[in-house]
Amino acid sequence: MAISISDLNSEQIDVLKEIGNIGAGNAITALSKMVSKRIDMRVPVVNIAEFKEVAEIAGGPETLVSGIYFNVSGDINGCIMFLIDSKSSRTLVNWLMGKKDTNVDFDEIEISALKEVGNILASSYISSISTLTGLKITVSVPFIAIDMAGAIMSVPVILFGQVGDHVLLIETDFLEGTNHVKGNFFLIPDEKSFEILLKSLGVI
Amino acid sequence: MGEIVKVGMADMSCVYPPKILVTLGLGSCVGVCLYDRENKISGMVHIMLPYSHQIKNNSNLAKFADTGINKLLEDMIKIGAIKSRIVSKVAGGAQMFNFNDSSDIMRIGSRNVQAVKETLKLLNIPLIAEDTGGSYGRTIEFYSETGMLLVKTIGHGSKWI
Repeated sequence: MAISISDLNSEQIDVLKEIGNIGAGNAITALSKMVSKRIDMRVPVVNIAEFKEVAEIAGGPETLVSGIYFNVSGDINGCIMFLIDSKSSRTLVNWLMGKKDTNVDFDEIEISALKEVGNILASSYISSISTLTGLKITVSVPFIAIDMAGAIMSVPVILFGQVGDHVLLIETDFLEGTNHVKGNFFLIPDEKSFEILLKSLGVI
Repeated sequence: MGEIVKVGMADMSCVYPPKILVTLGLGSCVGVCLYDRENKISGMVHIMLPYSHQIKNNSNLAKFADTGINKLLEDMIKIGAIKSRIVSKVAGGAQMFNFNDSSDIMRIGSRNVQAVKETLKLLNIPLIAEDTGGSYGRTIEFYSETGMLLVKTIGHGSKWI
């Protein structure tokens, strides 16, 4: 019997939250090294959300966001979506490229920089899960779309929502000086993968 | 202006004029609008996947092109629409991410559009306007009073179809 996210007990949720914490912490450290800036992180908020709430969390279905998508495969399958609002996307690009722009139109190099940020965050996140669980997990190359939050989130919802209606959501918040970047990290494992993940952590 | 009725993901609604049917941020999903040209009874369904028989967990009829359109038609007839007068307009079915692999599951937008068209054809409902495909999201507003569909995007303009 496969477990769905909505059936999790509080101990299992706590474990997933802790993974979220560790993963996000490692991800921020990696980002901080890459841009050679001190980046502080607030304690991430980890939630189990319903698909229909997801677009609301990102500021509403019509909000302009950058969505960076990764396929996750190996011992567990699913995807990761990293959603950043357009202002935070600009801040990230500025950090990476030493710019001071404020517009939210991105050229090709800037888009590629955003993808790279996503890549670093997703890879360090997954590698910390992998280390903790002993599972072999690989992440695909990043795919990016800058568009309405609802339209972007429809992709993982369609791909993985055929079996469940919930996602594991990690809201991270990081700061450098007065600059503030708010991002939402969604880990969306497929039906079987949740069970594998929890088993490897010894909570089933 | 009529009252606005929001249609969420994998959701459907049918209304009397002058209500306005709205669905926000359509990506690979497809918004199908049906309306009776005479009495202006209108319906909208926001489908996520092509065919219900391909999926195990298929209890929500509005999730699929085949069951969604059939159920919407049924509901509209129940409140007074006449099938022979019903026409359709369709929007959505974008490919949001440029996946380099062209496996079926990754081309879900175009598969959704195709399934919608096949279903409409089987039901003999004329498709009189569409704005589908592309790589961008859409918000759609269907005005039952005029039968016009407004398609709004970010960076790709907006148009009436």
